[in-house]
Amino acid sequence: MARFRAMLAKEFIQMRRDRLTFAMMIGIPLLQLILFGYAINADPKHLPAAILVADQGPEGRTLFSALQNSGYYDLVRRVQSEAEGRDLLARGKVQFVINIPENFSRDFIRGDRPALLVEADATDPGTTGNAIGSLSTALNTALQNDLKGPLESLAANDGPIDLRVHALYNPEAITHYNIVPGLMGVVLTLTMILVTGLAITRERERGTMENLLSMPTRPIEVLVGKLVPYILVGYVQVTLILLAARFLFNVPMFGSLLLLLLAAALFIVANLAVGITFSTIAQNQLQAMQMTFFFFLPSLLLSGFAFPFRGMPHWAQAIGEVLPLTHFVRVVRGILLKGNGIGNIAPELWPIALFAAVAMFIAMKRYRQTLD
Amino acid sequence: MNGEPIIDVRGMTKRFGDRTVVDHVDLTVRAGEIFGFLGPNGSGKTTFLRMLCGLLRADDGSGTCLGHDVITESEAIKREVGYMTQRFSFWEDLSIAENLDFVARMYDVKNRRQTVRKSLEQLGLAGRKDQLAGQLSGGWKQRLALAACLIHKPKLLLLDEPTAGVDPKARRDFWDEIHHLAGEGLTVLITTHYMDEAERCHRLAYIAYGKLLTHGAVDEVIGNERLTTWSVSGQDLAKLTEQLRARPGVEQTVAFGNMLHVSGGDAAALEQGIAPFRTDQYEWRQVESGLEDVFIHLMDKSKDNSLS
Ligand SMILES: Nc1ncnc2c1ncn2[C@@H]1O[C@H](COP(=O)(O)OP(=O)(O)OP(=O)(O)O)[C@@H](O)[C@H]1O
Ligand SMILES: [Mg+2]
Repeated sequence: MARFRAMLAKEFIQMRRDRLTFAMMIGIPLLQLILFGYAINADPKHLPAAILVADQGPEGRTLFSALQNSGYYDLVRRVQSEAEGRDLLARGKVQFVINIPENFSRDFIRGDRPALLVEADATDPGTTGNAIGSLSTALNTALQNDLKGPLESLAANDGPIDLRVHALYNPEAITHYNIVPGLMGVVLTLTMILVTGLAITRERERGTMENLLSMPTRPIEVLVGKLVPYILVGYVQVTLILLAARFLFNVPMFGSLLLLLLAAALFIVANLAVGITFSTIAQNQLQAMQMTFFFFLPSLLLSGFAFPFRGMPHWAQAIGEVLPLTHFVRVVRGILLKGNGIGNIAPELWPIALFAAVAMFIAMKRYRQTLD
Repeated sequence: MNGEPIIDVRGMTKRFGDRTVVDHVDLTVRAGEIFGFLGPNGSGKTTFLRMLCGLLRADDGSGTCLGHDVITESEAIKREVGYMTQRFSFWEDLSIAENLDFVARMYDVKNRRQTVRKSLEQLGLAGRKDQLAGQLSGGWKQRLALAACLIHKPKLLLLDEPTAGVDPKARRDFWDEIHHLAGEGLTVLITTHYMDEAERCHRLAYIAYGKLLTHGAVDEVIGNERLTTWSVSGQDLAKLTEQLRARPGVEQTVAFGNMLHVSGGDAAALEQGIAPFRTDQYEWRQVESGLEDVFIHLMDKSKDNSLS
């Protein structure tokens, strides 16, 4: 019993000494609590939608308010052509384009069941699923009032309008199509940060850093020399995931793989910079690991990889927009599933580049060539 | 030993927080010299060596090391210095040969392969070159570290307790090697806690609480202290020690096996102090003070100063 108490006391003392580890042990559950409790929402509402209106009749307006009232759609833009709508979808600016064709009101009154075309960016079926599901009920209920007299029979049959939903990019709502490309970013984030953090703190923990620093090297040589092997490892991971995506999960690949590999380079650099920064703070490998996790967790949850980005409250989206993973997930999905080119992904690339530059600056500022 | 100064620094100071760990140390070490750097644990020896080779930024001080400015030109200094850390700091997951090869590359050594091969042969490890460094015994690790420090033919060796935990035979071989290297013109600054090693140095410095207390050749260091020492042997020295310590004039007693060294700075006072115990029971003899007596004396003195 005495020895057990001695052991207990010793562990408590050591736990208290390692402040950072202790802070992480409290901080990580809190972070999880906040993220899972407040940020994540599997039923995203208020998805941005664009409308293309070619008909000025009153039924069109009824439809708009029905969509707005459903809570799933925010009509944020008016577009003039289908092409413009497609472009917004490709760049991820809107989730839906709702197309009210010419003569909609006239055909509706006549009982001709006019077509209402809804195009959805269904890359992530989780985002669009409920919104699409609610569509026909919402519309039918809204149009109920207009169905008087001879039109009443329509309500009983197929409904007064011909609702056509085009789930673009992932028409069969296959989750793999969405998850597997995103996974590339997740895997890179975790390994790149962890591995650089560990590689540098390991030298310090084992005392070999003193030896290394006593040699006539410039920090840039040490860092680049240390990091290049891990960049290669990162590319091995990218290749593996691409191969698996292609041959195991049959994920479509519409865009340029070369562009994807270039974007990956930028993303890898951003993560390495975070890893170096962590290694300048962490005293040992355990701390480096915990800090990695502390960064990884919000990246995973707020990036739109695992949960719909548009389902999150604004503050969570704001944090998500800062994280490189958020943008990289969009880049990969955009290139593979939407066939996006450089023009369409550029708006996602510069936030990664900016993040990389800032992180690299901090890393270089903090990286010491001496032991003090 | 009148070569040009290889290390010539003034006022070297290092603080960690509000603790001054190295306090305005001046030191001159000349070419071809084996210079011993002694001092109790935590006195700042390692910190001083680290400042010399640019591993720690000095808070104050100036001077040159190998003709380069010790504050601003650490890159040039590193190229010509071999620094052996107190704790083994080579890569335990690399083999012996890989470690040597890595170091040789870092210093841009010409004829690298040949140099590494020769180094392995001299080390006597050619047959075990593929063994991981982490599997070596303590003594062999030390030898590997020395070989690695020498691979780029440095002009100055900074050795931080290179023989701690090494057996006597290996220690002697090590010192023979050091003397051989010094004979060829290499300058060596070496820290140690062993008195026999201190005596094998051309010159010494003694540092305590960050302050350099004395320096010079062994006999100078001893002479400067003007310490009188008596050696006493006989029965029940433990009890005698206790009684002596209470006596005026007796400043320190150090047990050496069956003997006791009793020392004091004032020869007359010391003689009076021990007078009551000069009986048949004990055999008293005045001896020359040794390095150890002097160092312990210096340390006690500086402790008193730092407390007051
Ligand atoms: N990075 C550091 N931060 C704070 N204090 C330090 C640091 N490095 C050393 N010290 C302190 O500076 C003092 C001198 O340490 P140093 O290692 O130079 O002593 P030393 O003479 O080499 O001792 P030893 O003979 O035990 O090796 C010690 O009290 C130590 O605690
Ligand atoms: Mg030391």
